[in-house]
Amino acid sequence: MAVLELPDWMALAPALILAGTALVLFLIDSIDPHSTNRTLLSGTAIVGSLSSLAVAVWYTAAGVGATGIENYGVIDVMNGQFVVDQLALYFMIIISVVTALVTVASHDYLRDHTYQAEYYSLVVLAATGMSMMAASNSLVTIFIALELTSLPSYALVAILKDNRGSVEAGLKYFLIGALSSAIFVYGVSLVYGATGSLQLEAIATEVEVIAENAGTADEMGGLLGLGILMLIGGIAFKTASVPFHFWAPEAYEGAPAPISAFLSSASKAAGFVLAFRVFTTAFPVGATADIIGVDWTLAFAILAIVTMTLGNFAAATQENVKRMLAYSSIGHAGYVLIGLAALSAEGGELVMGAAMMHLLVYGFMNTGAFLFVGLAEHWGVGRTFEDYNGLAERAPFACGAMAIFMFSLAGVPPFGGFWSKYLLYTETINAAADNTILLALAAALVINSALSLYYYSRLVKALWIEEPLLDRDRLAQPTGLYAAIVAAAVMTVVILPAFGPIADAALEAAAAVVA
Amino acid sequence: MMIEALIAVALVGALVTFVAPNRIAGKLAFAISLVPAALSLWLFAAFDGSGNALLDGELAFESQAAWLEIGNHSISWFVGLDGISLPLVVLTTILCTLAIVSSWTPIDDRESQFYGLILFIEANLIGVFSALDFFLWFVFWEAVLIPMYLLIGIWGGPRRKYAAIKFFVYTNVASLVMFGSFIMLVFGLGDSVTSFALPEIASAMVNGGPEGLFGLGGTTLASVVFIGMFLGFAVKVPIVPFHTWLPDAHVEAPTPASILLAGVLLKMGTYALLRFNFTMFPNQVETYAIPIAAIAVISVIYGAMLALAQTDLKRIVAYSSVSSMGYVILGLVAYTQFGVGGATFQMVSHGLISGLMFMAVGVIYNATHTRMVTDMSGMADRMPIAVGILIAGAFGYMGLPLMSGFYGEFTIFFGTFGSELLDYSPLFTAAAMFGIVIVAGYLLFALQRAVFGPYRLETDYEVGRAPMHDVASMVVLLGLIILLGVAPDLIFDMITDAVDPIIRGGL
Repeated sequence: MAVLELPDWMALAPALILAGTALVLFLIDSIDPHSTNRTLLSGTAIVGSLSSLAVAVWYTAAGVGATGIENYGVIDVMNGQFVVDQLALYFMIIISVVTALVTVASHDYLRDHTYQAEYYSLVVLAATGMSMMAASNSLVTIFIALELTSLPSYALVAILKDNRGSVEAGLKYFLIGALSSAIFVYGVSLVYGATGSLQLEAIATEVEVIAENAGTADEMGGLLGLGILMLIGGIAFKTASVPFHFWAPEAYEGAPAPISAFLSSASKAAGFVLAFRVFTTAFPVGATADIIGVDWTLAFAILAIVTMTLGNFAAATQENVKRMLAYSSIGHAGYVLIGLAALSAEGGELVMGAAMMHLLVYGFMNTGAFLFVGLAEHWGVGRTFEDYNGLAERAPFACGAMAIFMFSLAGVPPFGGFWSKYLLYTETINAAADNTILLALAAALVINSALSLYYYSRLVKALWIEEPLLDRDRLAQPTGLYAAIVAAAVMTVVILPAFGPIADAALEAAAAVVA
Repeated sequence: MMIEALIAVALVGALVTFVAPNRIAGKLAFAISLVPAALSLWLFAAFDGSGNALLDGELAFESQAAWLEIGNHSISWFVGLDGISLPLVVLTTILCTLAIVSSWTPIDDRESQFYGLILFIEANLIGVFSALDFFLWFVFWEAVLIPMYLLIGIWGGPRRKYAAIKFFVYTNVASLVMFGSFIMLVFGLGDSVTSFALPEIASAMVNGGPEGLFGLGGTTLASVVFIGMFLGFAVKVPIVPFHTWLPDAHVEAPTPASILLAGVLLKMGTYALLRFNFTMFPNQVETYAIPIAAIAVISVIYGAMLALAQTDLKRIVAYSSVSSMGYVILGLVAYTQFGVGGATFQMVSHGLISGLMFMAVGVIYNATHTRMVTDMSGMADRMPIAVGILIAGAFGYMGLPLMSGFYGEFTIFFGTFGSELLDYSPLFTAAAMFGIVIVAGYLLFALQRAVFGPYRLETDYEVGRAPMHDVASMVVLLGLIILLGVAPDLIFDMITDAVDPIIRGGL
């Protein structure tokens, strides 16, 4: 028995706290327009995101959303428009962690910037949208959350108004974003047309009814299939997967580095939770395949291989560090897509759990890597590999952390990235007993990881081994950026002892959704 | 908890040294490294275990704690020592301390980072030799690479970037091949193993072996895994034709890194071959005995020939490692008590001798700024003590009786000659023994030109005697080489205890 009965909507607290924080920031801004009190503004954002994190962790620990425990369990909010389960809480944790890191780092990055309050409120607002995405359980709420994330993101990419690259990137991001939103919402309408429902469980029920009632299969099949394909397109945009990945290198390169970190870690995670939720809940593999004639996991298998290969090959040829990270982030989207591709196989939920685990580790290592780029921008050292030469002599700690991120992204033990990739690999191999396509995916994962070591170690080489091009003075040591980078590095290493329980949580969350 | 203490001291020491000021880093690292050295000697004195850690037998200083569950397999923190790993742990701690001392003279840039990395390597090397869980072992195994990559890349010679990348790519690809093979094996073993603990896997392999995986039969799978792992380790050893990274890495690496590379890192490869291939796959050893022995003999002869062709003193020592490691492989594939035991002894002995040789070459280089045999002459006049030690080391390499090299090589030849598993074993032994002639040839040739004769090096700096601390550390190594040569039973008894179950399990 709970001592205190909270109303159901309180289950959404991690997202609501973020929304509240955004409103507080607006309030501060309206009381003192053009405030340059960076500590107050970023402090508010940090407190907000950390509270959201704390509540999400507390809920997880307390067993909210866990199945099989009395008095607890999955909480439906607003008649099932939102659902708070382990999956949602897991991703809320990832999102709030990344938000916290990004806001801490922004404290220094945004020195002398004109739009302080706007910046933080947009970040927190986008984070709210992402948290909402994690809990959305109906195509309508999903679309709203998606737009709540996207609109602030467009503005954030372009927030360096005096920087042509930033504005151009923002415009590009906006145009492609608008296009893929349109595609997504058109997909929603087609699915609605085929099934008559928007709530995910209701869609699933309807799909199964149609599948049993084979007479209507043909006419509905095309409609539903096209709808699903369009939904995949919308998700591919949000996760920066092929074929909607073109915006990512441009946007990440043009955006302020903390925003690149935010988009490539948190926004991607949010896109994936959407994909996990929609495809596990709304479109049961067997029944959907009966109607449209094709198993949708096949689409994800192809997407996964193409995405990881293209991302890694493109990353290997970059001269610009930020673009390299952007393409590598496309590669990592490919790894996570394996989680969706495996869903039709026995043990597929474990692959999905492993993919979630990889997203969590990725949240630390990738955010850290982009924040390091932010630090380099703060120092004004330039953008190419050559410009990074010999930085370790001046800043051994940050460069040590960056080496950890790079080796972890490449999947070198003992860092977190190795373990999450390994988990993904073994679960895929296990599931491959049921679906041999997965063997190809596992092989692609290994080959791509091996390839990626080339360009990741190239950056380590630049930082630690090459001689600096020009003699640098002492580099500034901005506390916020340093704190965020070191925290991310420590988490990338320290996640190891706790890897077991966290991975179990991911696997359980995935199993609960798939079941 | 003693092994944990060893690793922890080195690891914490590495962090402390990393943040210490450059000025005191060398002395600080030395002081810190004395602790694991003393502890490991204490372990050696207190050692009480018999048998093989992987097969049957008592483990010394064992400790095990659950760590992770991945899929159906558990991973644990599982360390322990037996007669094979203990001498290697002692070798590691002693060589690391001496390597730190020998870096005092040549290293004058970013010292704190340098010494921090050395201590970090030490911690991971101890881990490699004491870990008994595959994952734990693999973590340590890979973690050795990164600091060595940096040591070569930052403090190395003119072509250091090329050498560092080559080293990293070669050994990392090899690790990947080996890792993939081993995971296939664990999956192939099916329900008979529930963890990555090496003893459990070894006993599953000896009692039946894998069921098969993805349509491969059990025997085929075992062969594939055996070959995959052999290739993975072969690069690390290295044996011909995977040896090309070694001379580059050695020549470009700073002296202390060379000492650790030749002294301990190469032993990781042979140690792993012994622990995995030769302990877990007795049937495959039998099947592939001839090709492996052929590769070993080729490594011995070809490595020695390559050394013969060099004029760079450091390159000569580097290539001679290829040939010495060939002896180790030959001893392993003989699969007799003296063969495998001698191979293990040779690992320790070669660690000491090659460490000494690199140290001596480094000392001469510090004084003369050249390593070319063709440039030097009459060095014995200028640095009699260092050169004397160099000559003593060279004799150790050639297998002079009463030095450890003799005992190692003799037991290997003795064991191989009488091998029942290896067909034509006398032939292979004879061919390998011919290697000794070439070894003597290139060493004497090099010494004669560099050391004796009139002094004719024209330099604008004073070439004088070696610093005391360098001489002291070389004397320590030479003392150990002679000690093991005079009293090999100090470690050979414990080695034999651990080797016996392998041979009994296999045949």
